[in-house]
Amino acid sequence: MNTVIDAHNISKVYNKETIPVYAVNNVHLHIEKGEFTALVGPSGSGKTTLLNLIGGLDKPDEGQVRINGLDITGLSANQLIDFRLKNIGFVFQSFNLIPVLTAKENVEFIMQLQGVERSKREARVKQLFGQIEMTDKLDSRPAQLSGGQQQRVAVARALATKPQFVLADEPTANLDSQSAANLLDIMAKLNKEEQITFLFSTHDQRVIDRAHRVITLVDGKITSDTATVSTTHDNVSEKK
Amino acid sequence: MAWKNMWRNNMRTLITMAAIFFAVILSVIASSLKDGIFNNLVKNVVSFYTGYVQVHKQGYWNEQILDNSFESSAGATRKILSDKNVLTVTSRIESFALASSAAITKGALVAGIEPEKENQITLLKNKIVQGSYLKDNEQAVLLSQGLAERLKLKTNDTVLLIGQGYHGATAAGKYLIKGIVKFGSPELNGKSLFMPLAVAQDFYSANGMVTSYILSLKDTRDLQTTRSTMAEALGPAYEVMTWEELMPDIKQHIASDSNNMKYIQGILYLLICFGIFGTLLMMMVERKFEMGMLLAVGMKKTKLVFLLMVESVFTVITGCLLGIAASIPIVYYLNRHPLKMGGETARIYEKFGFEAIFPTSTSAAIFIHQGMVVLLIGLLLSLYPVYKVIRLDPVTAMKR
Ligand SMILES: Nc1ncnc2c1ncn2[C@@H]1O[C@H](COP(=O)(O)OP(=O)(O)O)[C@@H](O)[C@H]1O
Ligand SMILES: [Mg+2]
Repeated sequence: MNTVIDAHNISKVYNKETIPVYAVNNVHLHIEKGEFTALVGPSGSGKTTLLNLIGGLDKPDEGQVRINGLDITGLSANQLIDFRLKNIGFVFQSFNLIPVLTAKENVEFIMQLQGVERSKREARVKQLFGQIEMTDKLDSRPAQLSGGQQQRVAVARALATKPQFVLADEPTANLDSQSAANLLDIMAKLNKEEQITFLFSTHDQRVIDRAHRVITLVDGKITSDTATVSTTHDNVSEKK
Repeated sequence: MAWKNMWRNNMRTLITMAAIFFAVILSVIASSLKDGIFNNLVKNVVSFYTGYVQVHKQGYWNEQILDNSFESSAGATRKILSDKNVLTVTSRIESFALASSAAITKGALVAGIEPEKENQITLLKNKIVQGSYLKDNEQAVLLSQGLAERLKLKTNDTVLLIGQGYHGATAAGKYLIKGIVKFGSPELNGKSLFMPLAVAQDFYSANGMVTSYILSLKDTRDLQTTRSTMAEALGPAYEVMTWEELMPDIKQHIASDSNNMKYIQGILYLLICFGIFGTLLMMMVERKFEMGMLLAVGMKKTKLVFLLMVESVFTVITGCLLGIAASIPIVYYLNRHPLKMGGETARIYEKFGFEAIFPTSTSAAIFIHQGMVVLLIGLLLSLYPVYKVIRLDPVTAMKR
């Protein structure tokens, strides 16, 4: 067993003083190493909030989040920043890249933050750009790249520091279906070849179809959790 | 470190830099105009007629008659010159007499002057429009242009003077007109007449007597201090008056003009603040996501703040230096080709014989001072983004 993410009974409440909104309501979630999981649900169902809680960007009002056995809900803000840098790769819907840096530099800077030495950075960048099939775009600025290419660079950036897992919040929301499929192919390939754990949110059916496990969220609650492709995880189906 | 690349070629940096750049140029020009106008006016006042400071016998200013003159003494002049701030001192004897040509008689202000020293202070020689300047002890006079016209006299003609001398003596004499001087002030231009001091003392039967000492100063800002130390040194027998007391209306005009400039400068600083703040605000809005993303993926706030500060300091300092560099030629140009005022202001100044031109001051202190002011404003305002980053929460920053 190799549990990477273990969310135990977590809740996040907004507007506590007025009308409370349970953005995440009593959620239990286990993710094993090497899983390729989609978090689906309509807009406002709590996908972003849940990912933020797991990613240590936000703190739950109740429950604990353990990453590799470490309870991150007890960490200070500064410890969390460090924890994120070392353990989690992030891909956001947009604004992933710094406009003034080239594609290569956008991937490289996160390794600089970690203090990785130059030669190792160069090698890693080369490897990653090969994997995202963009070796010819190393020196392009984000503005010169298509939306799909930008997201691929973001995936490379997320993987640069060899994190425990990658969280992607609607990574394909701004992409046409061709680019979305392409991005998912690359993510799936990385998952298969390098055993990278992905947890991504989406409400795009074609993206959902490519996931190996689909967790459905409605009003902050998990309403179903289905393994569509046999992975290390057993098939589970929950109904609340 | 490639961190330096982080903010390169950044349009926002350029915009902020441009805001600082123009702020420096504007404030340098405004300030150098302000100083230039003030200096120019004071210089005008001094070379007008009165000098910076005058010394009279106590009571003379209220009753300007020859009987209120005093005996010029080497002791008194020495005391005056012993003040380190005094540059030159010259004596005058002034009173009224009737000036006549063949058929016409007019009242004239007959002033005995020390030609060379007088010129050092009031630049009388520059005002000559016809003929030549006076020499010491020469039995000749300079006529103001308006008086010459009314008497229908020109250079090399003779003018007859009749008046009352010291202690009721009769004063009379015939003098060669050596030159015509032109004053901007109608008052002075219409009735003044100059002759060498000794000749005037002879005419007024007032040997050794003078009505005033006229002083020019080295540092004109120390006017009041100089006045009071001098009054103390000379004692109660003398009255010491500054140009501000001698010509209160002009003092008034200069004060209100330089006050207006201060308001303009204040408004300018306010505009500068808004301009710089506006660009910073814009920058922060644009960059909110970028900063939120950096925090989310694991950049420490201290590092982000540090980078932001380095960038601001670099931007502000570069903007300031470029602004100073660009304002130098502009200020020099405006010094050579001063602004000319029209309308009411021009008329008021011309009445007193000042040209209403406003040259800029090219004093280096202005560039440095204004550069520093904008630098300070820029640096203070760039603390705002720093404050925003310190309070930035990645989750809210990245919300759409
Ligand atoms: N900062 C916030 N303040 C108040 N309510 C919020 C905040 N963030 C999210 N919510 C609410 O929480 C719920 C879940 O939002 P979110 O996690 O963004 O959903 P999703 O990503 O699935 O669209 C929504 O009802 C939303 O209005
Ligand atoms: Mg969302």
